[in-house]
Amino acid sequence: MAKKMKLSDITNMFAGMDVESLEGVTIEGDIELDLGGLGGGFDPMLAAALGQESAVLAQHFARLAGMFGYPVGFGASAAAPAIAPALAAPKLKDLIPAKFDVANIAEWATQIQEVPIGNTSADGGSRGKRVMVGGEKALPFYFDAPMPNRNQVTIDVFDMRIGLAKAVKENYDEVMDSPGEWAKKNVDKFNADMITIHLISTDPLIKDTSPKDAAKTVEEVLQAVDVPIAIGGSGNPQKDPEVLAKAAEVAEGERCLLASASLNLDYAAIAEAALKYDHDVLSWTQLDMNAQKELNRKLMKQCKVPRDRIIMDPTTAALGYGLDYAYTNMERIRLAALMGDDELTFPMSSGTTNAWGARESWMVGSPLGQDTDWGPREYRGPIWEIVTGLSLALAGNDLFMMMHPTSVAVLKQITQTLFGSIEAEPVDISNWIGTEV
Amino acid sequence: MKINSPLEAYKYLPQTNCGECGEPTCMAFASKLIDRSGKTSECPPLVKEKKYAKKLKELDIILAPEIRQVTIGVGEKAANIGGDDVLYRHKLTFFNKTKLFFDVSDNLEEAALIERVNKIADFKKFYVGRNLLLDGVAIKATSNDPAKFAAAVKKVAEIGLPMIFCSFNPAVLKAGLEVAKDKNPLLYAANKDNWKEVGELALEYKVPVVVSAFNDLDALKTLAKTFAESGIKDIVLDPGTYPSGKGLKDSFTNFLKIRRAGIMGDTEIAYPIMALPLTAWMAGIADPVSASYWETVIASVFTIRYGDIMILHSLEPYAALPEMHLAETIYTDPRTPVSVDGGMYKVGAPDKDSPVFFTTNFALTYYTVESDISANGIVCWLLAVDTDGIGVEAAVAGGQLTSAKVKDAFDKAGFDLKTDTNHNTLIIPGLSARLQGDLEDTLGANVKVGPMDSGRIPGWIEKNWPPKQ
Repeated sequence: MAKKMKLSDITNMFAGMDVESLEGVTIEGDIELDLGGLGGGFDPMLAAALGQESAVLAQHFARLAGMFGYPVGFGASAAAPAIAPALAAPKLKDLIPAKFDVANIAEWATQIQEVPIGNTSADGGSRGKRVMVGGEKALPFYFDAPMPNRNQVTIDVFDMRIGLAKAVKENYDEVMDSPGEWAKKNVDKFNADMITIHLISTDPLIKDTSPKDAAKTVEEVLQAVDVPIAIGGSGNPQKDPEVLAKAAEVAEGERCLLASASLNLDYAAIAEAALKYDHDVLSWTQLDMNAQKELNRKLMKQCKVPRDRIIMDPTTAALGYGLDYAYTNMERIRLAALMGDDELTFPMSSGTTNAWGARESWMVGSPLGQDTDWGPREYRGPIWEIVTGLSLALAGNDLFMMMHPTSVAVLKQITQTLFGSIEAEPVDISNWIGTEV
Repeated sequence: MKINSPLEAYKYLPQTNCGECGEPTCMAFASKLIDRSGKTSECPPLVKEKKYAKKLKELDIILAPEIRQVTIGVGEKAANIGGDDVLYRHKLTFFNKTKLFFDVSDNLEEAALIERVNKIADFKKFYVGRNLLLDGVAIKATSNDPAKFAAAVKKVAEIGLPMIFCSFNPAVLKAGLEVAKDKNPLLYAANKDNWKEVGELALEYKVPVVVSAFNDLDALKTLAKTFAESGIKDIVLDPGTYPSGKGLKDSFTNFLKIRRAGIMGDTEIAYPIMALPLTAWMAGIADPVSASYWETVIASVFTIRYGDIMILHSLEPYAALPEMHLAETIYTDPRTPVSVDGGMYKVGAPDKDSPVFFTTNFALTYYTVESDISANGIVCWLLAVDTDGIGVEAAVAGGQLTSAKVKDAFDKAGFDLKTDTNHNTLIIPGLSARLQGDLEDTLGANVKVGPMDSGRIPGWIEKNWPPKQ
């Protein structure tokens, strides 16, 4: 080094200049300050937090000296950030330490009802396990209160061969004529927590299967798998109560979920069957929070259904086809419940399979010429079902009725990650910019 | 916004009911200020007359959104982010849809780089009367070479999309700024090591800047506060986006905490938040489709929970389409009506030989059908049946769509299939096929079952229209 500087030289150099950080500072001695006390790497954040004046000063001096072209040599220079002369200006001096703090939501004082589905031998049934949904004290995955039960997925089975999107059908084609085999595949291969058997053939406009024959399918499924089951009708409001009542009878003591009671059918008959034969009731309304309150109230007050037997289905609309309404309806229901509306403090269920109704999930390509190519549909469908389900998981939905095995696997992975039960090797993301993908 | 009733805003207005803003009264204008459909600048007296200057200033302060709004880029395509006032969309609406930026590497060959950027710029998906688009380009200084980075910036800037400059090296960022001086890019990022230099760049070039501290909210707030006090206004927060396990859960928690604090009034951290779903590609997922899925999953989580801008990698349609649609979903104004008015609509200029369709008055259903038909040049009559704003399939199941309802809709519209058409034929949605028999009886008309999805109407018409006698 041709020339070595002293701090006094620097202060002299700036005499009369508007450099606030040096005002009143007179340090005699060599600029080779010992910064060893700060540890190996110079960390301005740490320095600020510790209020290390000397470290801050040293940085200023290094910058100021650099600005005037003098080489600076001091202990921590190697670790200090490199500074291009032209960049230095006096506006940013020291870090201003700040502490982050945020409160929990005090208004979330009410817990969502826990509802068990499925009876094991201990409960008087034959299921191998019981599924528990609900019990939250905060929005899902929030830090305010831990979520007591993870999300559950029930995979659909139909009591007859039906039309399905190609990407879905190829997973089930060989079992579609046997509800028992279909249910088994869902559990053994696709990791279903539950099975939903949809008795759609009972619809008078489809096969008009009798309640008695439909009940045999329920028995077949109960024998094929030992997970809890949900039992769905055909959606025919005249016939469903009769079909579900008969199904409830043959499944007595298994604590199945009867799907569904709604305001436009004889909900009381379904509630009665649930109570008589030990089942839960799915309370289904269509994107209307007030209707949901009304139906829940009727089930509780008029039909005497206990609180731990009610699950709500406020309706699922697919991504791009009304998910905004479905999402906000669920989020509002859950927030109202947490704040004490006891007509809404129930776990929720989503017919996530509805995502397959979106044309983006099954159509070969866009019907509109000006769209960018939609790409292969076999990849579009599952992610459509995942995003639809995941959105509702974040809104407060507990139980997912789903169809595609990949969608089930990915939805479980993300909801359990946010739930906190997935361990993964920590990933160092600090060099994401330099990482080639 | 510090107030929530029109009465409170009214106090600051001239209260003359002059009508210059286009509203009949100052109170009506105050309502628009509160629901953020109007701005103080639309009240001429308030802006022009000196005696109101103090009130205008105060009003602007109390009306300012809790979360700062930041603009990236210039001109028509500039991306606005932040600007929110609520934690849940139903409380008002969310403003400034989550912006989707896609990465390019500065060490790509020129042709490949231009091809990728054009792909980002050209991607579009028609949805309810308009196109959904991608928002911008994040240029990664993979090379860490200022000259190389500047060359890439120059090429990208020509295409005109908003840009994010990604490097922790101030020299690289500066090189990029030098060749894109008037483009207002977002600098990514200032961290604990380079904050002074990057902060100086933000001040010198007057551009927005990201402050970055992974999983350390104290450090993040320290950087934001330091920058704010130095005069930097346009700040974006990067609390880190870890792609898996506990790391992802922590990132999720950080986003929730930052936004809650900001909306609750902690102005030192009330800035837009950046998510980096592209870290999914660092999580060791070997299969590219699975990695892309996981990236979309992370993007979805942070679209819903408070990510205002994100950097993504996969441009596959199975990634971009759901991501665009979800941003649209979450940021759609929930105050807009769910339904269109029931009645008979004309697509093109239909006559007595044109086909007659019906659908429900659920806005999404109606607009989807309408766009499928009109985009394919089909001239027809389209009846919107009032189903309380419920879609076809659900309305059939729920009893809101019956043959009586359809007949009622025709009667109300004053449209008679027998006299207003030559064919006395109605085409019904495939999802309402079960109504066919009923409808024939009720209407005394021929009823044909159309396709399950209106996207297939063009093909259906080709085969089935005009109807054979």
